[in-house]
Amino acid sequence: MAQTNIQSGTSTDSSLRRQLAEFWYYFSENRGAVIGLAVFILLIITAIFAPWIAPHGPADQYRDAVLLPPIFQEGGRAGYLLGTDAVGRDILSRLIYGARYSLFIGIVVTCIALVGGIFLGVIAGYFRGWVDTVIMRLMDVILAFPSLLLALVLVAIIGPGLTGAMISIALVYQPHFVRLTRAAVMAEKTRDYVVAAKVAGAGPLRLMFKTILPNCMAPLIVQATLSFSNAILDAAALGFLGYGAQPPASEWGTMLADAREFIASGQWWVVTLPGLAILITVLAINLVGDGLRDALDPKLKRS
Amino acid sequence: MKTYKKLIAATALAMLTGGLMAGGAAAKTFVYCSEASPEGFDPGLYTGGNTYDASAHTVYNRLLEFKAGTTETQPGLAESWTISDDGLQYTFKIRPGVKFQTTEFFTPTRELNADDVIFSYERQWKEDSPWNKYVTGTSWEYFAGMGFPELLQSIEKVDDMTVKFTLKRKEAPFLANVAMPFASIMSKEYADKLQAEGKMNQLNQMPLGTGPFSFVAYQQDAVIRFKANPDYWNGKQKIDDLVFAITTDASVRYQKLKAGECHLMPYPNPSDVAAMKADPELKVMEQEGLNVAYLAYNTLIAPFDKVEVRHALNMAINKKAIVDGVFQGLATPAKNPIPPTMWSYNDAIEDDKYDPEAAKKMLADAGVKDLSMKIWAMPVSRPYMLNARRAAELMQSDLAKIGVKAEIVSYEWAEYLNKSKAKDRDGAAILGWTGDNGDPDNFLDTLLGCEAVGGNNRAQWCNKEFDALVKKAKVTTDVAERTKLYEEAQVVFKKEAPWNTLDHSLSIVPMRKGVEGFHQSPLGDFAFDGVDITE
Amino acid sequence: MFRFIMGRVAVMALTFVGVSIIAFSFIRMLPGDPVALLSGERVMSPERHAAISRDLGFDQPIIVQYFDYLRGILHGDFGTSIVTKQPVVEQFFNLFPATLELSICAILFAVLLGIPAGVFAAIKRGSFLDQSIMGTALIGFSMPIFWWGLLLIMLVSNTLHWTPVSGRISLMFFFPPVTGFMLIDSLISGQSGAFKSAVSHLILPTIVLGTIPLAVIARQTRSAMLEVLSEDYVRTARAKGLAPLRVIGIHALRNAMIPVVTTIGLQVGVMLAGAILTETIFSWPGIGKWLVDSVSRRDYAVIQGALLIIAATIMLVNLAVDLLYGLINPRIRH
Repeated sequence: MAQTNIQSGTSTDSSLRRQLAEFWYYFSENRGAVIGLAVFILLIITAIFAPWIAPHGPADQYRDAVLLPPIFQEGGRAGYLLGTDAVGRDILSRLIYGARYSLFIGIVVTCIALVGGIFLGVIAGYFRGWVDTVIMRLMDVILAFPSLLLALVLVAIIGPGLTGAMISIALVYQPHFVRLTRAAVMAEKTRDYVVAAKVAGAGPLRLMFKTILPNCMAPLIVQATLSFSNAILDAAALGFLGYGAQPPASEWGTMLADAREFIASGQWWVVTLPGLAILITVLAINLVGDGLRDALDPKLKRS
Repeated sequence: MKTYKKLIAATALAMLTGGLMAGGAAAKTFVYCSEASPEGFDPGLYTGGNTYDASAHTVYNRLLEFKAGTTETQPGLAESWTISDDGLQYTFKIRPGVKFQTTEFFTPTRELNADDVIFSYERQWKEDSPWNKYVTGTSWEYFAGMGFPELLQSIEKVDDMTVKFTLKRKEAPFLANVAMPFASIMSKEYADKLQAEGKMNQLNQMPLGTGPFSFVAYQQDAVIRFKANPDYWNGKQKIDDLVFAITTDASVRYQKLKAGECHLMPYPNPSDVAAMKADPELKVMEQEGLNVAYLAYNTLIAPFDKVEVRHALNMAINKKAIVDGVFQGLATPAKNPIPPTMWSYNDAIEDDKYDPEAAKKMLADAGVKDLSMKIWAMPVSRPYMLNARRAAELMQSDLAKIGVKAEIVSYEWAEYLNKSKAKDRDGAAILGWTGDNGDPDNFLDTLLGCEAVGGNNRAQWCNKEFDALVKKAKVTTDVAERTKLYEEAQVVFKKEAPWNTLDHSLSIVPMRKGVEGFHQSPLGDFAFDGVDITE
Repeated sequence: MFRFIMGRVAVMALTFVGVSIIAFSFIRMLPGDPVALLSGERVMSPERHAAISRDLGFDQPIIVQYFDYLRGILHGDFGTSIVTKQPVVEQFFNLFPATLELSICAILFAVLLGIPAGVFAAIKRGSFLDQSIMGTALIGFSMPIFWWGLLLIMLVSNTLHWTPVSGRISLMFFFPPVTGFMLIDSLISGQSGAFKSAVSHLILPTIVLGTIPLAVIARQTRSAMLEVLSEDYVRTARAKGLAPLRVIGIHALRNAMIPVVTTIGLQVGVMLAGAILTETIFSWPGIGKWLVDSVSRRDYAVIQGALLIIAATIMLVNLAVDLLYGLINPRIRH
């Protein structure tokens, strides 16, 4: 952080480009991060072009092809590369469409949590006093519950489904962003450039969101990637417990919940594949997150 | 907290002795992998079948009992009974010499008598009984549900061993109702002792009755232990200990059965049944369950008020696909509102044939174009409908083939039950019923009678002809005559088609090869008296 | 120190009031009618519905209900389950030992594997060993544990038959629950094979619940170690020619442990969240499974009471960690 904000006051086009170049230099040094990024981009492409990539519709039922194994196992059929589920839906197609759900969940949850968290955090950190106390105590209350448990109860209130799950998870993630922003704002507030801007007559809104905030972004970005992957995990967990996206949606956690009855009967693919999809997605995002942290956090760069 | 600690001490003692017994080489332990924790141990308070299995069918008896594996009644704690000519007075002679169980927590000093019977009913009936509200939020679900508060005039003690029930009106299914779990007979002596000690709650935690097994200990959400009652009036059981291992997940239950960790399990996953049948160490019993799943149209709302439209939709839906997709074939497509195992089932009736083309034409003839409708899918799995969502998805794609657009809606379970009752409900609702006492009245009048409109009659269907038939059957005591009336009622039902009758599920009970003497109950009970293990 | 503790306790009390308001109002917002659920498919008459609602106090104004509830809590009464009609506290303490036992085992598993793994990775920084440990840790960190559990059951229990599928101990064994911890009780019982059975039942759930904490602890240990290893005093010690094992073992590890202890404390919340999934998968009779069941049964009283007790537990643990941290590292006391 210390390094980035020195330049920020005089941020011109060339210095921004230089910053980016420097960022990419550190980021690309981390091989895992680059692989993660590649996988992530691949996932985005899959999600966007799902209707063209997927061989079948996600809800199309082929009643003559129920519980077929993947192609490489005996009994598999060429039309269904990764096999079919209990009502004859193509698993590959469902997984491809499922990428849409997961990425969508990640984006929405992170955006809500980030925007809300930054807003509350900046206010708390800038004004301090009773505003700060109220906001931070409220965040303490949220943090006092285990996140998944709180999300579970919240989603039961809002109503099981994708929207409910996303709102609940975003709400539960809020405090992390609030705390981070608040701490960063409090640290930045006393710095010279802020004082200078204040003297120059900048209003509090401008000070808060235009002058201070851009310099607190690094930890927030790292936290955002972490939230992105956690949101996917938690949404899948809620789906697994029956409170997330509802069938026949091909959300991966929901698919797993549907597949639970097959763990003893030998149809391993119904159980294994959706979970693998979740793992790969989350892993890719976490790799990117690690890379981002290394590239953005100069203190860790040394190590 | 205090009672809790005492409870632990008591169970600890019980367990010590129980443990010693289990240590003996000759002790035979039968393990049942049950599907859910019991809600409590007072069968009057609850409606869950698994609660009854852990209380009514082990610890308790009733005046009349269902003969094992049937819905016929036989003498239980009542040795005999007489019915007055007007059909309003039932006089029960109590079996002499019946001992209550002796356990670590209670030693009875007297045998069963009329006081116990009266106590068992009055605690559910009389609001001035101290036991009427002995736990917070007490509700005597079945006692009210079977209409007992309105039905009973009085219960009198004629002498120590004779009890007389007087009814307000004639009720043909009364004797079957008396055999139901909620009517279990408790010990008044035990209850009095608990009341004196201020531990009334314990009646619901440590049950004590006259049944084949006595309660030893319950470890919440994990294990319930019983042991054979040596003083049982019908002879001591062949097994010594009975253990319920609570295992909520069906595939886990199967694993335990395979590993020999339990001897018998309820409700297997349909997808596992083929493998179970192939396993030489297991055997599988199956029987048509006493249930029905249906799709109830709202017959008050256009265009579903037209009989032709309802028939057309029935013809468009492929029930075979539902039976295969949801039950993997372990159910039978239904044509009548009552299951085939029930007396008076009319097998002569012909079902609407699956014929999309004809359905399309019929719909056009009825002047219905571009129909879009809602299908309500229950959010929970029940024995009669394991996965309503999946069934609704199948119906949706069937209806699309005749040009009907269907949208699937669902609500949280309590809301679903409540909203589906509304007379102005938009859409057809998937729901079902499991018989309580094996009497056709319990299906036909309860679910399709006129006064159930806005309640259990989800089709909102009031047909004078049908209603007259079932009402007449209710007050007729002659079974042959009742059978005729119900058969006729089913003809009317099929002609009018207020429901699409979907399926009757098979009830499948896998067990170890060495299990002997288990009778599958059409009522879905799991009772273990008479069971033995030979492996 | 005393003022520090008092300050923390005051904040905690305030938070607890907030928690109680939230738990209470959440539960009132839950859709669905717990009274109607009592009768299932069978329809309840409006009169009975009203009578039962009255018994449960649902007809009172919400403020009155809240203060009644608060009064109850102060007397240790967290309400009565609507479904089982048993006191919530009693049920909680019946089930808590199972969750606690599982959590302790999982934390031990995570600490005993995670700290050495992190230390080795730090010492052999950049090596293949480091990369594989950190790669594995990241996979663990990204793991959907509900799937991980299913996978392990499928492999270890169903295919290899190494461990039992579910439960806490084989049903053959039967002894009084003295402590509620199956491992200890099985030893006390003296029945041969009981302890072994309890251990074999614990293995898979422990691995599943411990996976994420293990990954977090390994990663945290590594970075803490790297930081400490680059500090001057360690370099000095090395330069003085002290044996490397001594340097790492005594000087570096001790200092690296400070952030790691905090991390372990923070895992308590993670554990309880993980317990919800792990217990559901393994039919483990603990708090997590109880909660999931209660949410689906709309057992207001249980969800409300359990939310409160759990929040209070987490706050207490956090307080303890803070105090511990204050003891190890006096700098933050003020």
